[in-house]
Amino acid sequence: MSFVKLTASTLAIAAVSATAAAARDQVQVAGSSTVLPYASIVAEAFGENFDFPTPVVESGGSSAGLKRFCEGVGENTIDVANASRKIKEKEIKACAEAGVTDIIEVRIGYDGIVFASDINGNGFEYTPTDWFLALSDKVLVDGALVDNPNKTWADVNAAFPAQPIQAFVPGTKHGTREVFEDKVILAGCEATGAFDALLAAAEGDTDKAKHKAAEKACIALRTDGVSVDIDGDYTETLARIESNKDGIGVFGLAFYENNTDKLQVATMSGIVPSTESIATGEYPVSRPLFFYVKKAHIGVIPGLKEYAEFFVSDEVAGSDGPLSEYGLVADPELVKTQEAVAAEATMGGNS
Amino acid sequence: MSENTQNTPRPSSSLLELTDRTKRRNAAEKRFRAYGIGAIAIGLLMLAVLVFNIVSKGTGAFQQTFITLDVELLESKLDKKGNRDLADIKKVTTFGYSPIIRNAIEAKVTGLGIDTPLKAKAMAGLLSKDAAAQLREFVVANPEKIGDTVEFRFLAQSRVDGYLKGRVIRANIANDKNISSEQLDLVDALVEAGVIAKTFNWDFILGADASDARPEAAGIGVSMMGSLFMMLVVLALALPIGVAASIYLEEFAPQNWLTDIIEVNISNLAAVPSIVFGILGLAVFINYMHLPTSAPLVGGLVLTLMTLPTIIISTRASLKSVPPSIRDAALGVGASKMQAVFHHVLPLAAPGILTGTIIGLAQALGETAPLLLIGMVGFIASNPPQGIAEGLLSPNSAMPAQIFEWAKRADPAFYERAWGGIIILLIFLVTMNTVAVILRRRFERRW
Repeated sequence: MSFVKLTASTLAIAAVSATAAAARDQVQVAGSSTVLPYASIVAEAFGENFDFPTPVVESGGSSAGLKRFCEGVGENTIDVANASRKIKEKEIKACAEAGVTDIIEVRIGYDGIVFASDINGNGFEYTPTDWFLALSDKVLVDGALVDNPNKTWADVNAAFPAQPIQAFVPGTKHGTREVFEDKVILAGCEATGAFDALLAAAEGDTDKAKHKAAEKACIALRTDGVSVDIDGDYTETLARIESNKDGIGVFGLAFYENNTDKLQVATMSGIVPSTESIATGEYPVSRPLFFYVKKAHIGVIPGLKEYAEFFVSDEVAGSDGPLSEYGLVADPELVKTQEAVAAEATMGGNS
Repeated sequence: MSENTQNTPRPSSSLLELTDRTKRRNAAEKRFRAYGIGAIAIGLLMLAVLVFNIVSKGTGAFQQTFITLDVELLESKLDKKGNRDLADIKKVTTFGYSPIIRNAIEAKVTGLGIDTPLKAKAMAGLLSKDAAAQLREFVVANPEKIGDTVEFRFLAQSRVDGYLKGRVIRANIANDKNISSEQLDLVDALVEAGVIAKTFNWDFILGADASDARPEAAGIGVSMMGSLFMMLVVLALALPIGVAASIYLEEFAPQNWLTDIIEVNISNLAAVPSIVFGILGLAVFINYMHLPTSAPLVGGLVLTLMTLPTIIISTRASLKSVPPSIRDAALGVGASKMQAVFHHVLPLAAPGILTGTIIGLAQALGETAPLLLIGMVGFIASNPPQGIAEGLLSPNSAMPAQIFEWAKRADPAFYERAWGGIIILLIFLVTMNTVAVILRRRFERRW
């Protein structure tokens, strides 16, 4: 019967230590998989340089991270949510309902979104119009909206080779998708005049509602298999391109820069994407990256404020720091962010 | 008409001459055997392809490129006040160590008389970003060495490592900002001088996970500890609960509709997809019972739920295979029912129970899906646990979750490590299954 005793005592120890270890001593972070590499670089350096344990960084997507962030205040909830987009009004409301009222928003820098294809295939010089014509559900032909008839890139733009259109775009749960829709498809929609046609056809009571409906119609992608949603990570997109040499994929700049032996990048409106061209704003497809800190946890979870300050410090997030070396575009207004973090300024200004 | 049929002579059959029907039957049997051999051949071929793939892609992870340098630990950089106060020394962050590393590699290159157009910063680019951390750790641990020159073995950057392993080739680095062909020239020269060398990499087996900026430093050791602690929880819970449940069901419970329903449900539970247990674990253990997220304790509890049916089913089968005459004999000489079970039936069924448990554990060891939901996937396995309580409760990952995480990351060096991790995981699984087979062969009794 000694085995039973052993088991019972093991369980007892586990139960006792579970209550004893309730005081969490490491920062917990979750959210966007785009921010994950940066957050893990910072977490690692943080663990090395401070006497606090290395923070735990989970991924799962911006929305999932913010949802967990808004679950409430307490040691069983995460301290920091990474996001590749701004927090939404709806999420702020959900947060407030769960008691998470004071949120510190921290912008860490910018991330470029690039279009890349197989290194041995054709190179492309895109404009947003090309992408709209290639992927939109409906395009304008002779003043009438018709189902997208384009089959090859040559149909889209006579300057392109007659390569079949095959695009791998991020699925709708990704923050990248939203940027792709806003900065590329919608821009192309407006440039081709399809937006005005859709606006005229849009139903709605007010101008605003009509505008919204037209925008929504604009970003509807074709569903005949030419555009494939990738719900996984960029590695999946890369695998798809490796097996289908005609494929063009949407990637983050940092991912492309780590796989330059397999991918070639396309220019957008004549600009080659790089940390420099994104920082100056010449390259159009980029977005800010954020993390959100629960103010109620500062002082409760050891190292939380130090982590946030370390993240935005010049030697980490500055233009010579490890983050920019990995592919993050440094924020020109980093000093302001540093001041805001130091002052623990919350969103809405009620610090 | 019936008379006519009766008068027809019966077909003559000879033992030496096969009839058409027999020939057809024999041919059908031959065909079936061929199908069977074909099926086995396809299975073996798949296995061979899989093993070849894993071994060819994963063995690289067990080797790593190192650069040996003599580093002068400058007092002017590391301890400006010169008082050897640990608090002051700790204020120098890893960023403060890069000039020292730059000096060290520059001194080495000029000392060897290698001609290179590179600046010191580009030379230091050959080293892993882990080098500064390694150096700082050493200085903090041995502050009395400041001012001395110490020999260090630093990890090389993942591109340099890839170059020596043939993963990075000169033709493909035109757009790569992490390495240039001048740097590769320097690497060639340093390899010749014996400064850069590839050796077996214990850090991969024993080390902790590393961030995306330094894939060369990543190891699977800490997540192996996570898996170990989860298996301890599974063993401590699933074995006693499973065995107790099956003994009661098999030996004591009356045969009625209630036990029938329980039996059906246990079989159903064994077929429930593991992700369902993950959701259950999130809802019950984390959200309701407030156990810490990412903790191997919670992972172990979830995997216990998953392993229980496997253990119950195999335990019941091995209890059933103990002949009733043994129970009857025990009862006949006056043993109580419980004595009969614990003194006679259970020892005879033990090999079967152990085999079932080991196979259940092996299954749990390779499970990833439920761990996704309880926060064990991500950049987590970076703090080696100190002691049992921390091992159970502080955040950790598990081997399959670590492999999944590596396979997602951008740098190709992580991909190699994912395959290396698969080799280690497979070694564990094969060992466990072999032990199960050996136990069964040695101790199982047949009647």
